Amino acid sequence: MINVEPVAVPGAPLARRNPVAKLAAALVFSFILIATLDPVAPAIAIAVELAVLPLFGVRYGVLARRAWPLLASAGGILVTLVLFAADRSGPVLVEAGPVLVTQGVLVTALGLVLRMLAVALPGIIVFATTDATDLADALIQNAKAPARFAIGALAAFRLVPLLEQEWRMISMARRARGVDAGRNPVARLRLFVSTAFALLVGAIRRGTRLAVAMDARGFDAGTPRTVARRQRFTAADGLLILGATALAGAALAVSVVLGTFRPLIG
Amino acid sequence: MDNNNRWRTIDIVIASVLGVAFGVIFWAWGLLWNGPADAIPLPGRAVLYGVWLVPAVLGALVVRKPGAAFYTLTFAALVSVALGTSWGWTIVVQGPLEAAAGELAFALFAYRTYRLPVALLAATLAGLAASIYDVFVWYPGTAWGSFRLPYILLTAASSLVVAGLGSVALTRALANTGALDRFPAARDRAPI
Amino acid sequence: MSAVGVRGFGWRHAGRKAWAVRGVDLRIDRGERVLLLGPSGAGKSTLLAALAGLLPEDSGEQEGTVEIDGLDPRKARERVGVVFQDPETQLVMARAGDDVAFGLENRGVPAEEIWPRVDEALRRVGFPYGRDRPTAALSGGEQQRLALAGALALRPGLLLLDEPTANLDPAGATLVRRAVADALDADTTLILVEHRVAEALPLVDRVVVLEPGGGVRADGSPEAVFAAHGEALAAAGVWVPGHTVPPRHATAPPGEALLAADRLGLPPRLAPTDLQVRAGEALAVLGPNGAGKSTLALLLGGLLRPGIGAATATAALAGRDARTPPHRWRAPALARRIGSVFQDPEHQFVTGTVRDELALGPRRTGQDEAAVRATVDGLLDRLGLARLAGANPYTLSGGEARRLSVATALATAPRLIICDEPTFGQDRRTWRELVDLFAELRDAGHGVVTVTHDPDFVAALADRTVTLERA
Ligand SMILES: Nc1ncnc2c1ncn2[C@@H]1O[C@H](COP(=O)(O)OP(=O)(O)OP(=O)(O)O)[C@@H](O)[C@H]1O
Ligand SMILES: Nc1ncnc2c1ncn2[C@@H]1O[C@H](COP(=O)(O)OP(=O)(O)OP(=O)(O)O)[C@@H](O)[C@H]1O
Ligand SMILES: [Mg+2]
Ligand SMILES: [Mg+2]
Repeated sequence: MINVEPVAVPGAPLARRNPVAKLAAALVFSFILIATLDPVAPAIAIAVELAVLPLFGVRYGVLARRAWPLLASAGGILVTLVLFAADRSGPVLVEAGPVLVTQGVLVTALGLVLRMLAVALPGIIVFATTDATDLADALIQNAKAPARFAIGALAAFRLVPLLEQEWRMISMARRARGVDAGRNPVARLRLFVSTAFALLVGAIRRGTRLAVAMDARGFDAGTPRTVARRQRFTAADGLLILGATALAGAALAVSVVLGTFRPLIG
Repeated sequence: MDNNNRWRTIDIVIASVLGVAFGVIFWAWGLLWNGPADAIPLPGRAVLYGVWLVPAVLGALVVRKPGAAFYTLTFAALVSVALGTSWGWTIVVQGPLEAAAGELAFALFAYRTYRLPVALLAATLAGLAASIYDVFVWYPGTAWGSFRLPYILLTAASSLVVAGLGSVALTRALANTGALDRFPAARDRAPI
Repeated sequence: MSAVGVRGFGWRHAGRKAWAVRGVDLRIDRGERVLLLGPSGAGKSTLLAALAGLLPEDSGEQEGTVEIDGLDPRKARERVGVVFQDPETQLVMARAGDDVAFGLENRGVPAEEIWPRVDEALRRVGFPYGRDRPTAALSGGEQQRLALAGALALRPGLLLLDEPTANLDPAGATLVRRAVADALDADTTLILVEHRVAEALPLVDRVVVLEPGGGVRADGSPEAVFAAHGEALAAAGVWVPGHTVPPRHATAPPGEALLAADRLGLPPRLAPTDLQVRAGEALAVLGPNGAGKSTLALLLGGLLRPGIGAATATAALAGRDARTPPHRWRAPALARRIGSVFQDPEHQFVTGTVRDELALGPRRTGQDEAAVRATVDGLLDRLGLARLAGANPYTLSGGEARRLSVATALATAPRLIICDEPTFGQDRRTWRELVDLFAELRDAGHGVVTVTHDPDFVAALADRTVTLERA
């Protein structure tokens, strides 16, 4: 159910870029957009994101599958704004009891929903096309991240799919020992909580042993580390970041020119 | 003292493991938050908010090193992004922000005490940071009186209870299982 | 090429009153190959951890000194390669090649030397896949090989191996032993912990026997040690070659059928299998690593839903419930009828102390407190766990944990008991006790199914065997 493997078609031109470059490009692209509340800039950004998707080797169906929780979030934002908007200027569209939906409210809500999609998609694209090991390597080699932390985090991240397996084992162990909850919802909740706790305890024990195993192989022994897998940051990687900045800037510029730009604060 | 503040391998790995575990929990919690929990409209739903902030306090209480709160919550946020949460990417900024607020509490006490009051303070600060970020970035244009203030207060309270009290209780329960035997949190158990 | 000096060494784990090892004096010269023996719980793994510099000061209390080439082991880690009892927790990276490379990177081996050394190490242990194989997709035996490759690639002066062939099928065990033999050059020092002496002897030229209470009981060449102390060592629990164990086969013909597997399978883990389990009979399930034995055990135990085919209980086992398959039974009913022991003992523990762990099943199935206490005390005593009654199950030694997990299933005395590798990591004394316990249950009319790689166990107990093939 939880999938952490990259899904990109191997060899896609942008998926092959340095992971740090992809990360930086996505961050820059997203956070330029967070500055505005209008719907135009994010709409342009989403169009750009969908257009470059094939270059990352991600199929549209895959993106849709990974992005569906976003739609739930978008719904939540819409409802909140309809109920609690402070500024209810503009022509009234719907009036039902305390709910007063005006055009102003709808435009703000639309802007927010588009913005959330525009901001979130780059993250999905980066993680869908990047292997965790490569990311850790690149963070160490190209972004000067502390190696001990990057590798410790990577080693722990490997436990994600194992946790699911472990959950099944714990449930089976309990069943074998005569522990189950039947149909009683309270008993079910208690069993759920105690299984989750057992999972956490198991994860910590595993982590403790993992740390010992890492020490046993000379991790953190003071010797300077070498790297077996070289990650290079090339001109093309720099261009990716520049391109992302330029595109996001252009989206903002269009919004300013059209007069729809609304800064986040002010 | 210096040496005491250096992270051992086990500190890094366990903080990361807690991050991974809570990353998965965040991922599941996000589905709940935007699914069944939608039945409780905002700002009321903020009573559930504390769960997002648990790793900041728990990480610090278990590992007891400078940066533990910051690292654990930040990594948990990154893991949940990698798994695909509904807020996607933006958590990459929000996570560290809340985490830094929680970290501040432990820093104020020079990383010397990890008792209940400090944990509660850390949780509350993290909750405030999180909800203030939310109202500006996610709920701009909402009214202060009917939405923003209740939202911020409820979040802080939820964080105090769930992340503060909850983390202290969870740390104690974990120590009782013997899983934390290599950490100061477990130092006071009787030998067998 | 490393020499080991141990003087008056003792270690007490945090949270324990008893010393795990104590009063050990030992000198091992460069290039010696030592077999470290001793009953389960004697402190062998603890001593190895000390030699590897992996007993952190904050996790216990130390007496005496340990030195590798005159250095504190915590500072001499780059001279030592170690493979622990459980390979699963030793893999660090997501891909096999990266995992072997991990140690080399840590030691600052120049980048261009790393991959040739990785490939060579993988080849030496007979690792069947490429460098890109995900480590999560390896069977237990393959993980063990990979862990060994990770240690060998470092070209350690001192190689420490803790039961490196537990859980391997006989062919795999032979292969790993050969890999170790090939990897040892004239000046690699080896310390090997292995209960099954006969198999380990070709690899070693010296035997050291730890005494559980403290100190070294015997030390010398294998011939000398076994000639002088053979009898006494066998009684203390050492698998002395030539001291066979009397078999305990069923004296009566098997009784009624209890459970039948009808083309039972779970593709791709287990191909369809037919088999029948009878009362008063010990059935052994054999087969190579990855053949699906553990999967079959879980299916028979009503813990997994079959992918194809069916497991059907008879009325003799389940009364009126026989009409529904075991995986649909309520847990208490299941635990009363079928007891399961998992391959990995730690997967099985659900409580915080050894005593509670044993009492859980009997309480759940409705025994009164006095009966529970009698059952628990009896098992603690017979399996040598009495002094550990208050300990946390996760702090036990490998062999102790295995015995506890078997005992939890024996505690409810279910009509059918299914055990996955019940004897790995056992010394001769606890091994015999386990055989006797199983034999008593069988002779009292219970059905016993064991999944095992242990030929001695099959020879001593099994009345019938079923062999699975790799799909
Ligand atoms: N982490 C731990 N915390 C507390 N006690 C421990 C821990 N590890 C081992 N012990 C105890 O120390 C003693 C020696 O354990 P050790 O694992 O060294 O035994 P061993 O000789 O390797 O046994 P086996 O053959 O069963 O593996 C045992 O009684 C065990 O219960
Ligand atoms: N939870 C799982 N999910 C998917 N595949 C699995 C799972 N558990 C085991 N397998 C695979 O199914 C096959 C059979 O596994 P199983 O553990 O039943 O083998 P086994 O015969 O018990 O081997 P061993 O002797 O090594 O214990 C193996 O190839 C294994 O990799
Ligand atoms: Mg051991
Ligand atoms: Mg198995």
